[in-house]
Order: sequence, then structure tokens, then C-alpha cells
Amino acid sequence: MSDEAFFWEGVDRGQLLAQKCGDCGSLRHPPLPMCPACQSLNWTAQALSGHGRVHGWIVSKHPSRPDESPRTVVLVDLEEGIRMVSNLEGASHIEIGAPVEVVFREIGGATLPQFRPATGASR
Amino acid sequence: MKPLKSTAIVGIGQTEFSKQSGRSELQLAAEASLAAIRDAGLKPSDIDGMVTYVQDSNDELQLMRCLGIEQLRWTGRTPFGGGGSSAPVQLAASAVASGAARNVLIYRAFNERSGQRFGQPAPIHYGVGGGGAPARSLHFSYGLDTPAKIYALWYQPYMHRYGVTSEDLGRYVVVSRKHAATNPNAWFYDKPITLEDHQASRWIVEPMLRLLDCCQESDGGVALVVSSMERARDLRQKPVRVAAATQAHRMDGHIMFDYYRPDLVGYPEAYASAQELWTQSGLGPQDMDVAMIYENFSPVVLMTLEAHGFCKEGEAKDFIKSGAIELTGQLPVNPNGGLLGEGYIHGMNNITEAVRQLRGTAANQVADAENVLVTVGRSGLILQKA
Repeated sequence: MSDEAFFWEGVDRGQLLAQKCGDCGSLRHPPLPMCPACQSLNWTAQALSGHGRVHGWIVSKHPSRPDESPRTVVLVDLEEGIRMVSNLEGASHIEIGAPVEVVFREIGGATLPQFRPATGASR
Repeated sequence: MKPLKSTAIVGIGQTEFSKQSGRSELQLAAEASLAAIRDAGLKPSDIDGMVTYVQDSNDELQLMRCLGIEQLRWTGRTPFGGGGSSAPVQLAASAVASGAARNVLIYRAFNERSGQRFGQPAPIHYGVGGGGAPARSLHFSYGLDTPAKIYALWYQPYMHRYGVTSEDLGRYVVVSRKHAATNPNAWFYDKPITLEDHQASRWIVEPMLRLLDCCQESDGGVALVVSSMERARDLRQKPVRVAAATQAHRMDGHIMFDYYRPDLVGYPEAYASAQELWTQSGLGPQDMDVAMIYENFSPVVLMTLEAHGFCKEGEAKDFIKSGAIELTGQLPVNPNGGLLGEGYIHGMNNITEAVRQLRGTAANQVADAENVLVTVGRSGLILQKA
């Protein structure tokens, strides 16, 4: 039984989820069986808006295959106050603080949450 | 229990550092261990404790058979890979100070270039795709599949905030290669580089790490023997006192994927480790004659210098540019060439260099070295001329 199973089940349904403590209400990510704030074992999966801002980024290339297409890896600060690692698509220029939104893509035979520059008004 | 400073490193040993050792990891461990035991003026039967990394493939019992050690009374292993690379000395010194063991052998040996390379994507190392582990991961699945990428994402906010450029990193790399160039044990002996060479090397992770910012992948083994200061007086070498030793692990820290603190700029483990080392030893940054800084990648040298108070936050790039870390500078850093220049034996070769500096036998000897800092942020030592 993996502590992060709920996260991937959510992704397969097109939902971005995080654990919310059933006692103190704090959100946490990456998943943990116990609340780091109050040590409660009670939690529920809360759906996130999928909106956030870029906190940091790199362009990742395969070390042995320099010509393979690179992937932009980003740290996204989600508006609910937690941070996630993901990829950024469709951005030629990346700025720290840029607003982004989640999309779900099939990559290497599995669905992954990805981010793209936010289309709506900046949140 | 006696204090840690009642203990000393009394022997050091190593194999050559290469890209293809042509022999087993156990043979490398046995060769380095025997060299360290003999360097100390001890016999294998004097060893009654052993420490290595959790990650080391060499079984204590097989190494005992090789060396002809009759009986061990104590063993320990340290977690966190290179992040724990100063911790074996803390464990060994604690065992000696408590009386759990008299003479502890520390070893680390691998074929990290000709065998399983750390620098190649290996899903199994990150909990993906083996032994019923999940097929998707919160990190690996997004392309964070080698240490260069994983750490670069941690360095990026630091470099962004303080305007650290690839050239700034290159200035450290030039110094490390300059030191290696006059160290016959170094893989890059007699191969110095210029800043232009650094800038011409290909990107591994844009816009942080070029090829020459990355440590080597090496085959080799390194070993140490830790004993008491009291016994050390009767042994062959000038003892090197363990003046302070600590680990530092902080709430909400993560190994490698250390992305989840509100502010990623700064290195809280290194800061905490430094405070503990200064407290234990009664010394401060101004007392350090040499600093051995674990550099899997060049940016961490800058972050570590700042966390230990050798310069202010954000000013390490200027500190390096001023020449302070060269052999004749205010704080010579990695006189052996470090893990970029000498070789990558998972940080252990930085400890043996500290011992040589304090014995006065280093290839690039810093005059009158009395106190040497050895640090990898999550674990650190102050070694001292006894």
C-alpha cells in the first residue's frame, strides 16, 4: 500500500489532489501517512484548482543522448499553498512567478499532470 | 563515555582512482582497508569495528575474511549516500569513545564508473519500476532521473536570487582543476582548464550545470582507521584528532528532492551542521585553515561556503573570484582537486586529504594547517593536528 496511491488515482480521473488533515486542516505534499503539523492519521483527498506559479525550473536533457528533446521541469507553487514538481509545456521563455495551470497528458503510457502557461486572467 | 575529541584518525588508505578498475568492488575495499591498517601500524586483528555507507555493496563479513579479522564487536552504516559522507567518522569516533570498539575501520569502495553509474538514469534508485514499486513517481516521471537534474532544480532558486552565472561556477571549477593538476593521485593530474574551457563544455542541465560542473564518476576505494588519542600515541602516524563531528537533518528536508521548503534559498542542514561543529570545537570559521567541501556539482560549494559563514549570503561567487579559495588564499578549498578534480569516492577521498593536510604530507600542502573542515552539509567534521 503506497501513501501516494490516491494521488495517481486522482490523476487517472483528471483530478489534482493533495492530502488535507482531518483534524487541523493543513494540506501536505508529498504524501505522508501522518500530519506533520498535528500528527493526526485522519485525512481526506482535496481537489486542487490546478492553478499556480512557477517557483523554479530547469531544462532536463538525457545525459547520454544530448540530442533527445529536452523536458522543462518546474516547481509549481499551487494557490492552495503547496508545491509540486511537474513539467511545463508550450513555454519558450520561462519566468519565475509566471502563472500556470494544470493539464493531464498521456506520457510514456501513463497519465501525468503537466502545466502550461495560464490561459485565463492571472490569478 | 569519553568525548569525541578523545579519538583520532590514525590510518588512511586508498586504491588508485580510475574509470575502469578491472577488479571487484570487494577487492577495492580490501586493498584500501589493508593499506589504511598498515598505514596506522596496526594488524588486521587489531580491528574490532567497521563502518561503511548503507549504499556500499561490500559485506562486512566478506571484508573480514579478506583481511583475516578474527572478530568484530561493532558495526554501523550511514544513510543518505554522499550526504552522509562525514558521518562514518562520527559513528566510528562514537564507538571508540564509548568503548564499543577499540579500532574501527571505515571503508567505501565501488566501481561507480565501470559498473552502475550514478550519472545514468536508473529508475530502481528512485523507487520506480521494481519490487512492486509504483510505475509513476512524483519526481522521476517528470525527467528528474539523474543527480545532475535533481540537484539543479534545487540550485536554481539560489542562483536566480543572487545572480550566480555559469561563469561564477566556472571559477570554482578552474580552481579545483588547478589543484588536481598538481596532485599525482588525481584523475585530472596535469590537466588544468581555463574558464573558456569550462564555458565551452556542453550543457547537462540548462542553465545551471555544464559537463565540467559535474563531479567525476570514478572506480576506487578509500579507507580510514579511527582509534583513541591514547592508543594513537603508540602508533606509526601523527594522529589527527576528531575535534568535532556531527550530522544535521532538518524538518521538511528531503534527500535529493529537497524542493518543499517555503524558501529554497539557503542550505539549512549545512548551517545547522556548522553551528554544531563550532559549538563542539569552540572554533569558528576564522580558525579553519583548509575546507574540504563535498561537491557533487559546483553550485553546492558556494552554498556551503555561505552556510559556514566564510562569507555572507550571496557573496560566495565574489569570495571565489577574489582568489580566497586558492592554496595561498584565506581559505584554501579542496587542495586535492575535490570530487571534480581528484575523483569521486563518494566524499571519502576528501577526508583522507584532510588527514594528509594535517600530517603535512599532502601533494598541495597548505602551510601550517592545524584545523580542517570536512563537510557535505548534512554531515561535517573538524579534524585537528594533535
